[in-house]
Amino acid sequence: MPSANLLKSLDYSVLQQCMHCGMCLPTCPTYVETKMERNSPRGRISLMRAVADGELQVSKALSDEMYYCLGCLACQTACPAGVNYAELFETARAEVEQAQVNEGMQRDFWRWLSLNVIFMRPWLLRLIGRVLRVYQSTGLEKLMRKVHFFGLMPPSLKKLEPQTPQIAAQFSDDLIWPEETPQQSKGYRVGLLTGCIQDLAFSNINRDTVDVLLANGCEVITPRSQSCCGSLHAHNGELELARELARKQIDSFDLDELDAIITNAGGCGSHLKTYGHLLHDDPFYTEKAKQWDRKVKDIHEWLVQIRFRKPTAGAGVSEVTYHESCHLCHGQKVVSQPRQILNSIPGLVFKELPESNWCCGSAGIYNITQPEQSQKLLDRKVANLRQAGAPIVATSNPGCHLQIANGLRACGSHPCHEVTQPLTLLAQAYRAESAAESAS
Amino acid sequence: MPFVNQIEATFIQSLKEILPSDRVLTSAEDIVPYSFDGTAALKQRPGAVVFPLTAEEVSDCVKLARRNNVPVVTRGSGTGLSGGSVPLAGCLVICLVKMDKLIEVDEKNLTLRAQSGVITKEIDDAAAKAGLFYPPDPGSMKISTIGGNVAENSGGLRGLKYGVTRDYVMGIEVVLPDGTLTFLGNKCVKDVAGYSMKDLFIGSEGTLGIITEVILKVLPRPKARKTMLALYDSMDAAAKTISAIIAAKIIPCTLEFLDRVTVQCVEDYAKIGLPTDVEALVLMETDGHPVVVEEEAAQMMALARANGARDVRAAADEAEGAKLAAARRNAFSALARVRPTTILEDVTVPRSELATMVAFIDSVAKKHKLQIGTFGHLGDGNLHPTFLTNERDHEEMLRIEIALEEIVDETIRLGGTVTGEHGVGLAKKAFLKRQLGEGSFELMRSIKQALDPQGLLNPGKIFDPRN
Repeated sequence: MPSANLLKSLDYSVLQQCMHCGMCLPTCPTYVETKMERNSPRGRISLMRAVADGELQVSKALSDEMYYCLGCLACQTACPAGVNYAELFETARAEVEQAQVNEGMQRDFWRWLSLNVIFMRPWLLRLIGRVLRVYQSTGLEKLMRKVHFFGLMPPSLKKLEPQTPQIAAQFSDDLIWPEETPQQSKGYRVGLLTGCIQDLAFSNINRDTVDVLLANGCEVITPRSQSCCGSLHAHNGELELARELARKQIDSFDLDELDAIITNAGGCGSHLKTYGHLLHDDPFYTEKAKQWDRKVKDIHEWLVQIRFRKPTAGAGVSEVTYHESCHLCHGQKVVSQPRQILNSIPGLVFKELPESNWCCGSAGIYNITQPEQSQKLLDRKVANLRQAGAPIVATSNPGCHLQIANGLRACGSHPCHEVTQPLTLLAQAYRAESAAESAS
Repeated sequence: MPFVNQIEATFIQSLKEILPSDRVLTSAEDIVPYSFDGTAALKQRPGAVVFPLTAEEVSDCVKLARRNNVPVVTRGSGTGLSGGSVPLAGCLVICLVKMDKLIEVDEKNLTLRAQSGVITKEIDDAAAKAGLFYPPDPGSMKISTIGGNVAENSGGLRGLKYGVTRDYVMGIEVVLPDGTLTFLGNKCVKDVAGYSMKDLFIGSEGTLGIITEVILKVLPRPKARKTMLALYDSMDAAAKTISAIIAAKIIPCTLEFLDRVTVQCVEDYAKIGLPTDVEALVLMETDGHPVVVEEEAAQMMALARANGARDVRAAADEAEGAKLAAARRNAFSALARVRPTTILEDVTVPRSELATMVAFIDSVAKKHKLQIGTFGHLGDGNLHPTFLTNERDHEEMLRIEIALEEIVDETIRLGGTVTGEHGVGLAKKAFLKRQLGEGSFELMRSIKQALDPQGLLNPGKIFDPRN
């Protein structure tokens, strides 16, 4: 059966919405790097349109271009015409995957293992997490590094090995009860999304999220052993798998009983809010998915919406700056809320980071697929952090968190020595209140 | 003989002898994105795209193109709105974005020297660091190149008080159609040595030469600025206010307006709380010495009220000013979202005829059942009637063509011009002779003929070649 041309079957008005004015160019990290039109959003859209119009073949070069794009969506913020670049870019990546222009046993195997196997099975992902945790906590990792075991690996993998995230001592299900009720309810009942990488590496941030929600009178429902939200799949051209995961997510919450579904990872949230579009052809899920989209809220967005309580104690930190996750600021347009949260903490001075909404190069698995460009962006971020001069940077996406932490670690001495999240600081401030109360 | 994208393969080979191969693009994936600029509904795939780094390299490319009779289209960031940098099939595109060195800010002579590929905003940022000011601010200044601005003689929001790009160009380095590299002008405020040749190239849209470097005039940066917003129930009242302000010997730096359709689109899109039943929204700004700014602002507000403004507000500080300016800033974005295709026009009339022109455009929209939002520069009579349409709806596109004809005729009747700041390029070509008349039209073509007898630099832009 000939495979359908996805770009041709896409609603043409989405492509046509681009009026090629060029306002996206100065905000696109890859264009700014090369100054070549094909590396810009407008250039990529013209290539997609040429494919849709039958004027251009799907080629390896086209695929390379679609994977050189970070998918940071800075172009969506800059676009005067409201082009839905996220949809275009996901469709284009699905198209190049379908055309199989990226032949290569190794690439196929790793893609299949991660996208079709590991990230489709929450139990397997967590099992791998447990194995990694043992490996890291028993000192085996240190030993392997000491004997230069990784010298035997191919250079591409060797470079990545130090970036392996530190696996948390406990996962979210061990830290959070399925239902937690606040001392003083404000009548809100919310569901919590624990994420996959977030759960493995930052389960403490999920705990902080629950604590902050409780402190603001929200009852929190956290389904067990949650699966991946599918953003990884959608961004890498596997739209069918993404749909399967979206249906799973929707089924794990009782939407009618919840005021909001809370996500605390920028990258996930941006994708979670588009299930309605992803499942618009699915007769059983169309309505549910629309309802889902209405209820998904980024934690910062939700807190400001319900007028969160300003803490009366500090977080034990004097200065902080803030790096914006691309999919939080460009994808979800949540810009002022994290800053409001940071500014609400007594004794904490907030310093703006130059180019705070410029991608740090993490971009999902971009740091694995495009290490060179990723490193350039990380260097730029680290230099900007130096200029901001705050000892701590807050961000709200596990990818950015890991990427920046690796970048700071690699440069040895740097005025900024810690990566945290706005939610963690807020949770710390609330905890300091109760500590002060019990002391008095 | 083998061809690559309609160019002889041997020509491509020779290009690669002049420039390293990574600065010569010929593959489909590389050149399709150079098929268009910022103009709606125009595209044409070039033969090759090259990125010179120096004026000498530009000159070498031009000489080679001339020997091989290959047309050359120069391009900066490709943000033009009249199709000036849309390629010809099989042409050579010389893209100057990598010639991006800001060479000098001369505080003693109040000049700034830069290569053509420097971004306009970076010019003003560099000036600002020295307490100086580069006033022309075209809408695309965050990405447009200074070379493109000079070649198109770009305008912006500050035309009334500060003029346009031409008023700030003191010198240019230019590659002529035969490849000769020359410098026109200098840092002298006074210079009457022969013809003012630089002026011939400003606004020549890449048809006479390729500008590779510029010397610009810069001004001391104004110390204060005040932003005001006025709402009107009639366009006439808005126009009267402007006349009254100018009669009071005040030259504001900004006098921008949005018509009713545009205000409605802005409110739909940005929800900033504007009343949607106003006929005109006017954004006013005055800048200069703080005391003068305060005095002028008070006077402007009083004049707005006296001439029938329904509501007048002033911003207390920069942040509030930005809020007031939001409606104007969002105007184009708001219009662009309404339909798939947005066609931005650029007719300009003497300031005194502005209200008449806006009413005329409104009547044309009604007559042909079209959506046209008009916004623009009240101070200098430069209007941007914006057609909201779908280029795939051929019947509607035909009606737009007729409407545009009528708008152009009325513009010319009122003593106006078909383009105030976007240039002729391909988009306004059909109207040029009508506006200029035979004599001046032929004079332009003679100049083109004299400088570029082979007709290789951006052929077919502004006017068709003779024969």
